Amino acid sequence: MARRIASSPAIGVAEASFSSIAVRGPRWDGRFTVLILFLPPALLLFTLFVVLPIGEAAWYSAFNWNGFGRPTNWIGLDNYRFVLETRAFWLALRNNGLIIAVSLAIQLPLALALALMLAERFRGAVALRMLFFMPYILAEIATGLIFSFVYDGDYGLVASIWRTFGAEPPHLLASTDTAMLAVLIVIVWKYFGFHMMLFIAALQGLDKSLVEAARIDGATRTQTLRHVVIPLLYPTIRLSVFFAIIGSLQLFDLVMPLTRGGPADSSNTMVSFLYNNGISRMRVGYGSAIGVILFVICVTFAFTYKRWFMRDE
Amino acid sequence: MSRTGITRAPFDPAALFKALFLATIAVFVLVPLLATVLGGFKSLGELRVNPFGLPQHWEWQNYADILFSARYWQLLRNSLIISALAVTLTLIVASMAAFAFAHVRFYGSSMLLSYLTLGLLFPAATAVLPLFIKVRDLGLLDTYFGVALPQVAFSLAMSVLLLRRFFKDIPYELLEAALVDGCSYIKFFRYVTLPLSRPILATVGTITFVNSWNAYLLPLVMLNTDALYPWPLGIMVYQGEYSSEWHLILAFITLTILPTVILFLLAQKHIVAGLTAGAVKG
Repeated sequence: MARRIASSPAIGVAEASFSSIAVRGPRWDGRFTVLILFLPPALLLFTLFVVLPIGEAAWYSAFNWNGFGRPTNWIGLDNYRFVLETRAFWLALRNNGLIIAVSLAIQLPLALALALMLAERFRGAVALRMLFFMPYILAEIATGLIFSFVYDGDYGLVASIWRTFGAEPPHLLASTDTAMLAVLIVIVWKYFGFHMMLFIAALQGLDKSLVEAARIDGATRTQTLRHVVIPLLYPTIRLSVFFAIIGSLQLFDLVMPLTRGGPADSSNTMVSFLYNNGISRMRVGYGSAIGVILFVICVTFAFTYKRWFMRDE
Repeated sequence: MSRTGITRAPFDPAALFKALFLATIAVFVLVPLLATVLGGFKSLGELRVNPFGLPQHWEWQNYADILFSARYWQLLRNSLIISALAVTLTLIVASMAAFAFAHVRFYGSSMLLSYLTLGLLFPAATAVLPLFIKVRDLGLLDTYFGVALPQVAFSLAMSVLLLRRFFKDIPYELLEAALVDGCSYIKFFRYVTLPLSRPILATVGTITFVNSWNAYLLPLVMLNTDALYPWPLGIMVYQGEYSSEWHLILAFITLTILPTVILFLLAQKHIVAGLTAGAVKG
């Protein structure tokens, strides 16, 4: 405190010799310069490439427009009607729902179980952690291609297993019955390691004395886990669920090399549906309408989730 | 403790179950990866009858042909340029903004910060068509910047949050003392904040790099010329050309994910910290 009082006149003197802004008085010193130099680049880029396009999507979605010239053919809410009347859109929405379901019901419990095992120190634990995390850093495109080989009906691993049992190998990705299931397996393969790492980080940050206290009080391993460790992990679990859902909603890259959303739209996600119907055909209005719907879903979800489950954070 | 654990392990059903479980998952993760690397060493005929095992005859030619092709290096070069642009710009722009948010109190500060964090709530894909039109109107279509600038913009929210939290931990007394000694805010930023923040800069740089290096949708929309394609686009084209010659495609996949894997092994600490960083509240 004493230092602060002593320093304020000194700032004035020092700054005066440095810059002319200090003439306005010690209160402004160099801060004004920082603000006008340091903030605009970030705000400008963010506004230009993130915020404005969302607003424009809402505007374009009211036109029938192929992207050339200016939009003139105003059709009101028709694009939204067209989207909602498309069966493929509902299929895509259902698939996103399936992805979320699998993420929550299979991926997260798997990640949690592995985290509980690998958070302890034993030989090989670190290597296993890294191995399980590896799929997450691989590009989705590469992952998709690797698995389109795995599933390939002629050369793939699955085909080979089938043949050893003497059965005719299926073309998993080419059938409307199995394509989405195949995609879901790849999703678990690719993302469980990320959630596992989140849980491991949280477990290592836990207050060990609570666990020890429970042990001393005679709690069994299972009881400690159920009543002490897992409740302590709730904040991380909530966060993990949040990431899983937001991530599922934007899934695209993985689908393209596997199925491109096919066959017959059976494995489209919202974004691949947007790509196949809006972007690749340059139907700007229609595509923007899909984008706006996706945006509304994401933002509604994010706000509701934060309000209901993450109030304290 | 651990020594007794090891000798007792075979008789402990829980430990056995755990080992089996871990081994199963390890196989589940490893087999597709190994089959890909090894598949690149096989001939197409052998791949069909022996997709799992070691190659009976190692075909180095598959890999050599790709490694000596201009195409492979051009893809990597394009990816590297785009990622380097994205990382450099993100680090400069985000650290400047984070510094202002961390050390300067001004009216509207928290409002502007929440404005930036809106970027965390929705994916780039939602507005990709208007983004395409915007990039086209700016004359950036089919340029490296047309891909890198939107990537920077979308990585800003997370980057600013992470950097700001770190900058805030730099003791205020340090800034005060520097100001007393006649150092300006900008010099303080350049000569104190940035050097002290190397770990978080490395983390933010790594996240941005991995995201940009792996990105598919933005370059797909923004680039039309094959010569500018980064590797995820290039490998899709390659796969289109060689549709069922899987031994070549597998070799190509292996060589394109190799840089990522090497980077991962070299910088695992930063990658793990960076990619799970959202977990620690910003």
